[in-house]
Amino acid sequence: MTTTIEKDKTELFTAEIRAEIDRWIAKYPTEWKQSAVMGALMVVQDNNDGWLSTQLMDQVAAYLDMPSIAVYEVATFYSMYELKPVGKHKICVCTNVSCMTNKSDVIVEHIEKKLGIGFGQVTEDGRFSLKEVECLGACGGAPMMQIGKQYYENLTPEIVDAILEGLE
Amino acid sequence: MANEVCLRTLDLERPWLLEQYQSRGGYAMLKKILTEKMAPEAIIEEVKKSGLRGRGGAGFPTGLKWSFISRNAPGQKYVVCNSDEGEPGTFKDRDILRYNPHQLIEGMIIAGYAIGATRGYNYIRGEFWEPYERFEQALEDARNAGFLGENLLGSGFDFELHAHLGAGAYICGEETALLESIEGKKGQPRYKPPFPAHFGLYGRPTIINNTESLASIPMIMEKGGEWFADIGVKNSGGSKLFSISGNINNPGVFEIPMGTPFSELLAMAGGMKEGHKIKAVIPGGSSAPVIPGEQMMELNMDYDSIAGAGSMLGSGAVIVLDESNCMVKILERMSYFYHEESCGQCTPCREGTGWLYRVVHRIETGQGRQEDLDLLDDVASKISGKTICALGDAAAMPVQGMLRHYRDEFQYHIDHKRCMTGVG
Repeated sequence: MTTTIEKDKTELFTAEIRAEIDRWIAKYPTEWKQSAVMGALMVVQDNNDGWLSTQLMDQVAAYLDMPSIAVYEVATFYSMYELKPVGKHKICVCTNVSCMTNKSDVIVEHIEKKLGIGFGQVTEDGRFSLKEVECLGACGGAPMMQIGKQYYENLTPEIVDAILEGLE
Repeated sequence: MANEVCLRTLDLERPWLLEQYQSRGGYAMLKKILTEKMAPEAIIEEVKKSGLRGRGGAGFPTGLKWSFISRNAPGQKYVVCNSDEGEPGTFKDRDILRYNPHQLIEGMIIAGYAIGATRGYNYIRGEFWEPYERFEQALEDARNAGFLGENLLGSGFDFELHAHLGAGAYICGEETALLESIEGKKGQPRYKPPFPAHFGLYGRPTIINNTESLASIPMIMEKGGEWFADIGVKNSGGSKLFSISGNINNPGVFEIPMGTPFSELLAMAGGMKEGHKIKAVIPGGSSAPVIPGEQMMELNMDYDSIAGAGSMLGSGAVIVLDESNCMVKILERMSYFYHEESCGQCTPCREGTGWLYRVVHRIETGQGRQEDLDLLDDVASKISGKTICALGDAAAMPVQGMLRHYRDEFQYHIDHKRCMTGVG
């Protein structure tokens, strides 16, 4: 019986993805595999162009021996999981108080105009998507944004141009 | 006196490296505790003496929190660090994680030894990828040096520590929501009691402390609780990291003694931008009621001084606003935040935060009604104290603060459908 389940699990993800998820599982007590769900969803999302399909969430559930609904609950609760396709570069701009009073609206307008998209949208070529985010804890560098895993601080429209042009 | 505790290695090159931390005496205290088999009670006593209060915002005495754990109760216990830094305006723990991760690790091991816990987790907010990677590297280096794992330095004490990565949810800064999140669930706060000291992570006795609190422990142990207490003032022991941002010239993180006049902190941060005038200060993160600039210039940065002005020191996140800010717009943005971040569990918060936002939004956009001001007061007071966790209060307090000090601006918005002259 065990071997059947193990065999099924190897078919869920590639060996590399499984190794990354297993690193998360190893951090928690053996009987608390579910603790690895947040890490696992992030690993899977990063390997799927930045978003999670229902099928992928079901696979995570199977891999961690969780009911699918418990995985959906997590994936819909936390703002960093994306449940529909996003751009290759997800641009997250903070508009909370410290950024707002340092003219984050100018940054947002500039990006919207430059890329022709608003919050929650993806450019036609799929390269960029734009997202409004809450305080990212870098208020000393306001206004700021995050693209992928990287923070960019003390933004001006010129700096934003240089950053976007420097991306692949 | 600055940068004496958590940021004491900041002047070194690549201060996050193990050898750099050790060049300043890092891990020496842990070695001493383990080789001398110091009595755990003595450690808790020292932390109590230091007057250290929770640096995440609540200000609960750290030593007292530790003493709630029955050290000799059988079974697993946990030390959890709250690095889910999300209170708008706060950006200090990010610097500890980036620049002095080993001091946090050492503090967590000492905490584990003191309460009899052999496992720990550091919950780092999901957006903090760079700090997470640096912390993970520090963990690996500490493990290789024998500071983590089994039988540390031959003492018979085991301690294992891992980093958990969040995924974007302000509510996970609430300690029981954070525990739920580590358990792989939605971050919804638990009813208390039972408190985490009795029923914490995986149902086991757990202490949860903020990053800055835990990173302060090695220095408190090295130099003594009294030394730490004496840096600060009565009821506010030690130094504190202040994150100061807004309309100022040199925003950043400053580690200074508790009780330092706000005017000095503002001067350190380069003063107001381009000769602008100070209008208002949010002294402890966006949940802390606003204080008018003139009044703030007379206050000191400690728990009692800020509380005496009707606000709170919170996480030490100081947002400085100049005269160009419309306070209706500021409150609109803050109310939007709490509405976005309410976990949805308690009706007063789930419904009330949205209601507050919609009312402030219509005032801001020129649709305000005369009865809206009383309505805001009414809704805010009906959220306060009626929810499982403090997010509801955090949403209500800024509303009450704004109406207390800037009611005229709200009234002007309702009467004239625009900001007061010279504002916004």
